[in-house]
Amino acid sequence: MDIHEYQAKELLSNFGVDVPAGALAYSPEQAAYRARELGGDKWIVKAQVHAGGRGKAGGVKLCNTENEIYQACDDLFGRKLVTHQTGPEGKGIYRVYVEAAVPIDREIYLGFVLDRSSQRVMIVASSEGGMEIEDISADRPDSIVRSIVEPAVGLQEFQAREIAFKLGLEPKLIQQMVRTLQGCYAAFSDLDATMVEINPLVITGDDRVLALDAKMSFDDNALFRHPQIAELRDKSQEDPRESRAADRGLSYVGLEGNIGCIVNGAGLAMATMDTIKLAGGEPANFLDIGGGASPERVAKAFRLVLSDTNVQAILVNIFAGINRCDWVAEGVVQALKELDIDLPVVVRLAGTNVEEGQKILAKSGLPIIRATTLMEAAERAVGAWKNDLTQGTKMRAV
Amino acid sequence: MSILLDRDSRVIVQGITGRMARFHTKDMLKYGTNVVGGVVPGKGGETVEGVPVFDTVKQAVEATGADASLVFVPPPFAADSIMEAADAGIRYCVCITDGIPAQDMIRVKRYMYRYSKDKRMVLTGPNCAGTISPGKALLGIMPGHIYLPGHVGIIGRSGTLGYEAAAQLKERGIGVSTSVGIGGDPINGSSFKDILQRFEEDEDTHVIAMIGEIGGPQEAEAAEYIRDHITKPVIAYVAGLTAPKGRTMGHAGAIISAFGESASEKVEILSAAGVTVAENPAVIGETIARVMEAA
Repeated sequence: MDIHEYQAKELLSNFGVDVPAGALAYSPEQAAYRARELGGDKWIVKAQVHAGGRGKAGGVKLCNTENEIYQACDDLFGRKLVTHQTGPEGKGIYRVYVEAAVPIDREIYLGFVLDRSSQRVMIVASSEGGMEIEDISADRPDSIVRSIVEPAVGLQEFQAREIAFKLGLEPKLIQQMVRTLQGCYAAFSDLDATMVEINPLVITGDDRVLALDAKMSFDDNALFRHPQIAELRDKSQEDPRESRAADRGLSYVGLEGNIGCIVNGAGLAMATMDTIKLAGGEPANFLDIGGGASPERVAKAFRLVLSDTNVQAILVNIFAGINRCDWVAEGVVQALKELDIDLPVVVRLAGTNVEEGQKILAKSGLPIIRATTLMEAAERAVGAWKNDLTQGTKMRAV
Repeated sequence: MSILLDRDSRVIVQGITGRMARFHTKDMLKYGTNVVGGVVPGKGGETVEGVPVFDTVKQAVEATGADASLVFVPPPFAADSIMEAADAGIRYCVCITDGIPAQDMIRVKRYMYRYSKDKRMVLTGPNCAGTISPGKALLGIMPGHIYLPGHVGIIGRSGTLGYEAAAQLKERGIGVSTSVGIGGDPINGSSFKDILQRFEEDEDTHVIAMIGEIGGPQEAEAAEYIRDHITKPVIAYVAGLTAPKGRTMGHAGAIISAFGESASEKVEILSAAGVTVAENPAVIGETIARVMEAA
C-alpha cells in the first residue's frame, strides 16, 4: 500500500527525521491560508498523488505570492496528473501540500528497500539526489552507496556513519545524518514498510539535513497489525476495479487488451495471459481467483471482468487442485445464467474431477466453448473474439 | 531416491485442526504420506483423522520422531510456528500459508542461522503448494494424481502452473522424481539455487525443470549457478511476458522492479547459461520430453 508524501513525512518525523514546515490543503483558499500560517515569502505547492516524477509533470510549483498559490492550486485541483509512473490515465489531485521553501546546498538520494538477494533491508544512497534512482544507476553508478542491515540488531551507528562519510558529508553534519538514517530504518522496521525513499534529502544553507520529499510503501500482509497505517489508504489513488477486486479477496490488474481472463493461481494467470498473446490476442486483465475457486468467487470474478467494457471474450482457465472441476463448472454455469452474458466464453478445466466438470458444462445448454489444453483455450478465445464463426460453431456445446 | 521427502519421512501438521489442514491431512494420508501427528497449542490430546495432536512441536517430535512438518498456521502466527519447528529439530518444513509479512520472514531466515548448517532445518515456501515425491509421499496441497513417478525434478514458484507442467508431463508418460514449490513470496525459505543443488546430487533426477515468473533476482542467480555447477540438463519456463512493469501480479513477489526481473530478461539470462527455455506454457511438457530424448 502506498501513502501520500505528507503522510510519509509525518510518520518519519515521529521517528526523528527532520522535514520542512508544511501543511495540507483541500482547496486553493485553504492552501493560501496555510501558507500565511507557515510564514516566509517562498512556498512550494505540491500535488499529493501516489506517484513519483511529480516535478517534471508539473505537479510541484514554486510560489512567491498568495496570488501565485491560488493560481497554482487552480491549475492542480481536480486535474489528473500524468507522470512516468502513473500510466496515461494519470492520478487525480484532491489534496496539495504547502511547504516553506528552503535554501538548498546539496541533494542526496536515500532509499530503504527489501533486498531479495540478501533477504534483508538494504539502504541505497547516492550523492546525486534529485534524479530518479534508475537514472542515477545508469549515469552515475559509482555514486551509489549500499549497506545491508542485520535484522537481529538493526541499523548500527557505525554503518550509518560509514554511509554519511561515503556521501562526502562534512563532519558537522554526520550526527544529523546518522539520526536521519536510523529514524528511517526504525520507521521501516516498526511499521512494516517495504520501501522508504527520500529524494531528495537536502543539506540546507543553514546546515540542516531535511527530507524534502518522502515516499513510503507498506506490506499489505502486515497491515493487520498497523491499523493506523491501514487508515491512510487513499482509494482515490487506486484503480477502482483493482480496489474493488482487492476488497473481495481477488487479485486483479487491468490491462489494455480485450480478452478477459479468470484463472486460479498467480503463475497460471500470467501463463494464460502469455498464451493469449501467443495466440494473437491481448489479455484485458490479470485475475487470480485463488487456489480454492468456489462458485461464489467465480461469479464475482465474472462480474469484475465484465465491468471492463473493452472485454469482448472471456477465458476461464482453472486447474483444480484443492477444489474440484465439477464444483468450478457449477460456478461457471451459475454465473453465466445469473449474469446473462452475451460474450463468447471459453472454459478450460483440468485436474481433479475434470470429466464431471465437462459434463456439467455440456449439460447446461449454455453456449460455452470448451477446451482441454491451455493453448487450445487461448486459440479458441482469440478465435471467438475475431468472430471466426466456422471455428466457433464447431466448439459450441449446444 | 528423491529429495527432501520420501516414504520414511515422519510428518507433522502444524495448525492441523483448521478446515484446510484437516482436509489436506486426510488427502496426504490417502496418498501414503506418513503423517504421525499434529500441533495446535492448547489442543494437545485431541486427534484429527486418527492422528494425535500435541501442544508444542517439541512434544510432537519426542512422541513421534517426526522429522518433517507442514505449516498451515494463519499469517500472523506462521513465522513463529516455522521457528518453533526449526528449534524442535524438524529437518524439513513446508509452509503453505499465504500472506506472511515480509519482515517476519526476514526474522525467520535470520533465526535459522543460529543453527549450524548440518542442524539447520530446510524450509520451502511460504505461499507454496508443497513438495511431492510421486509414489512416495506428498507434503502439501497439490493433487497427487497428476504426478507420475519418474526422473524429472521440478522447482516452481507457482502452484497451479506447476500442476500444469506436471499434467503435460503425465500426458506424455513422463514422471517426476520430486516436485518442489518454493512459493511466490519475496522472501522465501529456499531459492531455485538451493533446490537445484539437491537435484544435481540426486541420482534419481535426470533432468531439472524450473518454472519461474517475473520479479526478484532468483532466476538470474539460478542461471549463474547452473552455468557453473549443474551438469544435468535444465529446462525453464518464465511466466509473465505480458506483465507490465511495476505492477504486482498476484504473488507478492511477482513485480518487475529492476533489471533481470522481467520475463524476457530472465529468459535471456537463463538461455545464456545453457538452459533450454520453453517459449510458452503450452510447450513445457514437450520441451522437457525433447531434452530427455536428446540426453
